[in-house]
This record gives sequence, structure tokens and C-alpha cells, in this order.
Amino acid sequence: MKLTINGQVRSVDAPDDMPLLWALRDVAGLTGTKYGCGMALCGACTVHLDGQPIRSCVTPLSAVAGKSITTIEGIAKSPLGRKVQAAWVEEDVPQCGYCQSGQIMSAVALLRATPAPTDADIDTAMNGNICRCGTYNRIRKAIHRAAGA
Amino acid sequence: MDAQLKSRREFLKFAGSAAGGLALGIALPVKRVGAEPFEAPAVEITAYVRVSPVGLVTLIVGKSEMGQGVFTGYAQLLAEELEVDWRAVRVESAPVGVPYNVPGLPVQFTGGSMSIATGFQAMREAGATARSMFISAAAETLGVPAAELAAENGTVVHRASGRRLAYGVLAPRAALVTPPAKVALKAPGDWTLIGKPLKRVDTRDKVNGHASFGLDTRLDDLRFAMVARAPVFGAQVASVDDSAAKAVPGVLAVARVPSGVAVLAENTWAARRGRDALKVEWQGGAGAGFSSSKLARDYAARARTPGVVARTDGDVTAIVSGSRQLEADYATPYLAHAPMEPLNCTVALTAEGCDIYTGTQMQTPDRAAAAEVAGLPPERVRIHTTYLGGGFGRRASSHSDFVREAVAVAKAFGKPVMTVWSREDDMHGGYYRPQAHQRLTASLAADGHPATWTHTVVMQPVIKGTQFERMAVDPKTGLDATTHEGASTVPYAIPAVRVEVHDDLQPVPVLWWRSVGHSNTAFAVESFIDECAHAAGKDPLAYRLGLLAAQPRHRAALTLAAEKAGWGTPLPKGRARGLAVHESFGTVVAEVAEVSLSGGVPRVHRVVAAIHCGTAINPNLIAQQLESAVTFGLTAALYGEITLEDGRVEQSNFNDYEMVRQGVAPLVEAYIVPSSDPPTGVGEPGTPPIAPAVANALYVLTGVRARRLPLKHTAFGSAPA
Repeated sequence: MKLTINGQVRSVDAPDDMPLLWALRDVAGLTGTKYGCGMALCGACTVHLDGQPIRSCVTPLSAVAGKSITTIEGIAKSPLGRKVQAAWVEEDVPQCGYCQSGQIMSAVALLRATPAPTDADIDTAMNGNICRCGTYNRIRKAIHRAAGA
Repeated sequence: MDAQLKSRREFLKFAGSAAGGLALGIALPVKRVGAEPFEAPAVEITAYVRVSPVGLVTLIVGKSEMGQGVFTGYAQLLAEELEVDWRAVRVESAPVGVPYNVPGLPVQFTGGSMSIATGFQAMREAGATARSMFISAAAETLGVPAAELAAENGTVVHRASGRRLAYGVLAPRAALVTPPAKVALKAPGDWTLIGKPLKRVDTRDKVNGHASFGLDTRLDDLRFAMVARAPVFGAQVASVDDSAAKAVPGVLAVARVPSGVAVLAENTWAARRGRDALKVEWQGGAGAGFSSSKLARDYAARARTPGVVARTDGDVTAIVSGSRQLEADYATPYLAHAPMEPLNCTVALTAEGCDIYTGTQMQTPDRAAAAEVAGLPPERVRIHTTYLGGGFGRRASSHSDFVREAVAVAKAFGKPVMTVWSREDDMHGGYYRPQAHQRLTASLAADGHPATWTHTVVMQPVIKGTQFERMAVDPKTGLDATTHEGASTVPYAIPAVRVEVHDDLQPVPVLWWRSVGHSNTAFAVESFIDECAHAAGKDPLAYRLGLLAAQPRHRAALTLAAEKAGWGTPLPKGRARGLAVHESFGTVVAEVAEVSLSGGVPRVHRVVAAIHCGTAINPNLIAQQLESAVTFGLTAALYGEITLEDGRVEQSNFNDYEMVRQGVAPLVEAYIVPSSDPPTGVGEPGTPPIAPAVANALYVLTGVRARRLPLKHTAFGSAPA
């Protein structure tokens, strides 16, 4: 089936009940989106579907046909994406780094909807993204930094 | 994208073919994008240093980067003495090789918070050795004595003539120089990198999706496998019906392997569906019928019987006149490591050799295990260590469980195959932090200080019964330290101390979990000393300091944490502070936690951590590790618990094995005690104090003493208004 990933139309040979996560990783070869739980519990697999954050591990391909998918590999195409990545570098956020693709995708979506988020906004928007290394304080700082606060 | 993939494939082929030779068999943990100058043929100077013609410096690190920042820390130590521009440095993961062994040990592994402690001297010497080789090469080139030359910023300069030669130009000649037997190291006052809060070298690749973890390994013709494993530890396959599994589109084959039944598929999703469609009958198993709640009851009874003596000072039975008796029992559960990247291991096996791509902390033992399963000599097994999506000890498998299995899977299918563990597989797979029961007693003398102290630990040992037993078990007691570290080392000045241990093996496999035995013992020791302080009517900080006259590092850490936390200053109503201090891995950490109750649920708002870790190599990374260790320990304190009933693990994913999330993560402030002592580890020591600090704060707030973890089992009532 045809998928629009990071602005490119790509032909992906996969059944339409396959979760987007596995189509991205194992079929399209985009491994930046991570598997953590398979049940929308940890947020490591977060991508954007028409700009909205979704958990790709529970989203079948049938639900994404005709829509625009953005992954961590394509997030730098937007000025906001670059700003968030730069803030992540500035605050030296990642440790093991495995959850950070999902954290960044959630943060970009938050900042797009709420350009100057409060701490409470951050708690709500980022609560679905687990970081086992405990980089939460730096994530919060990086989001505020990207917001220009 | 295709071009990138192609370049990576070619690189991997190159790495594979070259690996039989010198130290060129490298595993790149990063997908290189496009033709970068790094790709120009670089010259290998030593096992740790490669320099390209344009002067880009590749430092090869034989430690596993699992988030703790060792790529950055080792690069700092190497670059400090190598005299290169920090911005021109990149880091690569080493192959398995003797130069990458832990200094003094015949093993390449990462753990025990020992990378910086053991590498401080060795990596500076490695940097200085390469520097000296560049200077010798320049001396030959310029025809001047080496003594007239100095290294600076990636060049060798001849001050008298002003001539200057870049490392990139000198590299071919430097590579032929015989490494000096002895090198001089810079004085600490001359350091320009050590001690600086440098940013990590791996951050950029971890914000753009390029960092390559084990699960991101992609090889030509790669297939994916998942394994149906025993539902109770030790059970064996009795029968398999694989007809439904084979009918799943994308499933290629099914095979029996020693650990269960493996399903091979074109992608992970098909492998998962195929594996879940298997009908497997199991039989036997040492873990059949096992109950962790029964174990807790058995342990509690056992703690009232004499154990093996791990420490005895003075006479704990002496009756001190006017003394007051205290006793308390503390219970802690099995815990899973639950790294964000579930376990996985990719194996390409041919008659010629075996290439393994995985995030491991245990290269030498894993290679030996893989060789045994593959039927190859160890030197034909190449381990390409990727980035680790968290380790916390789980990827330092004492039995090489996930590597051994993946080699068996590759052998069964005859193709390059990645064995993927689901989150549920990872959580059910064992190798947990041991469950424990600890009973403490004390008699408080008239001044309120303990005159006697007894501590009985009932806990499974982590090392006994494994291949590392000979290295770690005390021949006199038969104990390994994992059951009593932090208990037998109680730091307080107490005239009579006795620590006893029951360390029976159980059918549930256990493993080192960030801070190992300390994660259990610190909770008991630092809760009980707090109980003693309150019983004596003393301030918990002053009480501890009064018993730590001979422990200057504990005092320094405690004092710094207390000062920064505002210990003793008023808090808003409904809040309270608690503290704890603990030494592990040669490092002392004190923590002050500020808590409240919300609807009866403990909430931790702020944690102030102060660390005494000797010379601080990188304050930024030390702060990161404290932030991390506190959060990791807090997850365990609040929620963490693996339980088994009828032999089966009851938790399976993050819905029933909860994690601290952004909404409840406290503000963590990290402070470092200034010191010029040799550096000690920082990855683990921040974990042990947090559970007792929080429990101690909750006692102040509510009067309820939590003696069982996780804290969700304690009814704290509601906070006083």
C-alpha cells in the first residue's frame, strides 16, 4: 500500500492490519521510531499523523492510508522540529536515548498546539512517554527552552 | 534512504571481513549519513585511537554506552592526554579484545559503576601513549629530538623553529612507532577537559533517530524471530502444535530451540502473531507452583533464625543498662529492570564465523557462550556492541541468556536473524532483583545511640551458582557480597554489630539490578537508623552525624545535601522532609526528599542529592546519573514489584509494572562534594538512598512507618491539614 512518510509517497508491502510501527521499522527501514510496549503505554513509538501525535504500535496501516505521517527522521523539516531538537541538545537531555524519538515527537505536538506551555501542560502532554533513565527534568527544561520561555 | 542503507550494509560487510585481523572489526553504533569526512581511510594508531588524514580523531571505547555517558567520560580521559580538539573527536564502540578488558580483569564488561574508577588511569595512559607516538613520528620527520617537541590541539609543534605537523599527516608514521613502556601524565592543574561539564558525544544522534540500538540492526536478508518460552522457570516443551502459527502470513518457519519454540518471519509483527498462535504444552520446571507471597512468609520466619555470620563486632547480646530495645522487619520484592528497549540479539552465523549485533554489557562471557552454542572457537565470534536502550544490569547476563538463545535460533534457521523479545517476554524472562526480608534489632543506650545492632538478611545471592562464583564467593563464609553489601558495611559507630545472612537459592533467576544488594539493604539500614533517631527523640540529621565521626565522606555528603535542601527550615503545611545516606561502589550519596500525600498517595516533590565521588570527571554526567538513579529508585519505591503465583509472573507490561512519569517525577537537584581523591562510580550509588529518604519523610508527615516496598502497600491515611 501507499504511505506518505515525511513528505514522500512510498510503497509499502505490508498487510493493512500491521501496526504502523512495524511497517515503518521492518518494511520501510525507518528505525528511528521505537518499540517499547506494543500497547500504547510508553510512547516510544510516537509519530505524527496529519500533525497529531499517535502511538504507531497500536495504529493499523488501514487507519493511516491517505494521511501524512511524520517520524523522527522527518521532524527536522519543520522549524519547530529543529528548535525542539536544538533544545534537546542544549539541555543534554538523552541518556540511553531509546525513548527520546517519542519524547521529541510528543513535545513538538505539544508546542504546535500550545506554543507557551505551563508545567501542568507539559505534565499532561508528556505523561504518556516513559523514560526509564529519568530524563524528565531535562525534558521539561528543553520544552520551556524551545518555547522561548 | 536507500543510499544510506547501502552504505551501512557495505560498512558492516567491511567490518565483518576485517574483524579477523587487527582491531578494525568495529561496530558502528550510528547509521552514518552520506559521505562524511569521517569515512576517509583513517590510520589506526593504537587500539584506542584512529586519526584520519584531515585530522578527525576516532576514539574507540570498549565500554557499553547504555545511557551512563561512558563514551563521553572515556573520550574525555583519552582526549585530555592525547591533546586533540574536543570538537574533532568521535567515539566508536570497540570489538571484543584484550585492550578493552576491565584493567586487571580478564573480562570485557560494563557494570559495577566501575568504568571511570578503573579507567581513570588506563584511559589517560592510553591517550598519553598515542600522543607520545605522534611526538616520536614528528621527531623522525623533522629530524629533531623529541624533547624539543610538544603536542597541542591535534598537532605536534617544534617551538624553536615554529614548525608544526598535524596528527593527520603524522598518522601513518606514528602508527609504526613502538608504543612507549611508560608515559607521563598531566598534573591535574593542567587539565583542560577533565573536570569540565562537557556535553555528551552521543546526544545529536539520539535526537534525530540515527542512534542505532540492537533492535535497529539491519543486515541483508535479515529475518525476525520470536520465541515461546516456558511459562514457569525451568519448564520444558512437551508438545507443539504449530499449524496455526505457520498459517500466519509472513511466517517462514518454526523450530525447537533449547529455551522453547522459535518462529521465524519476514518481520517482527508476523513473528509475534506466529509465536502467539503456537500451541505449546509444557512440563515440569523447578519454578512450578512457586509463590512470591509464600516466599515472603518463609523469609520472615527464616529471618528469626541464625544465619551465616557476615560481620560480627563486639557482643550484641550484652545487656546495656537503661537501654531501650527496637526491632523492625523490612520486606522488598523482586524487581524487573524493564529497560525501554526490550531484549534482542541479532546473529549472522556461517561456517566461517558468527557476527552478533546486540546491546550487551558482558562481551567476553557472551562471546564464550555464543562460541559454545555455535560450535566455533571464540575468536571466530565477533560481537558488535550497539547502543543499549537501557541496561541497569539486565544486559549483563550471568548466563548470557539472550545471546545464547539468539545463536541457537540462528543455528536452527540458517539465516541472519534478530531474536526480538516483546515487552511481556522481557518482563516474564526472569533475572530479577532478588526479593528480600530483613530483620533489624538495636538497643539504644541512655544517650540514645545504638549500643548493639543486629541485621539478618534473607535474600537470594546474585553471583553464587553462576560462572562468576569463584571470583566472588568468600571461601570462609560461602557468601557473595550481593546478599550483605550495605548491611555488613553499616557506617555508623556502634559498639556491637552482627550481620547474618540466609542466602538459599530459589528457582527464580536473579541478577544485578542497578546498585545490586544495596537496593535492598539501604532501605532497611537507613529506615532503621531513622527509627532509632526518632525513638531517641533526636533530629535524624544530627543523630546520623553524631554516629559518623569516623566517616568524613558521609558527613560531607549529608551536610551538603541538608544545607541545599534547607533541612530544618519550615515547609508549607502538608509537606515533610526525610533523608538517607548510603555508600556503594566506593561512592557516598546523601538524599533529602520532600513529600506530601495526595488522596493518601505519596507524592515526592523535590529530591536534593549530594555525592562524594572523588574527582569529578564530568559534573554534567554526574548530575545526569543522580537524576537518573533517583528516578529509577523512586519508581521501585513507589510502584515496583514482580510477584509470582503458581509459578507465573503476574506483571506483564507498563500497565501493571508502573513507572514514574513526567507528571509525578520530582525535581532532582544534584550537588557534588569537591574532592581530589581518585574518582569512584556514579551510575548506581544514587539509587539506594531514595526509598528510605522517601519512607523517612512519610513517617515525619504521617507517623506511619513504611517497612515494605513498594510504598503503595502502606496505608498512610490522609496528610495532616
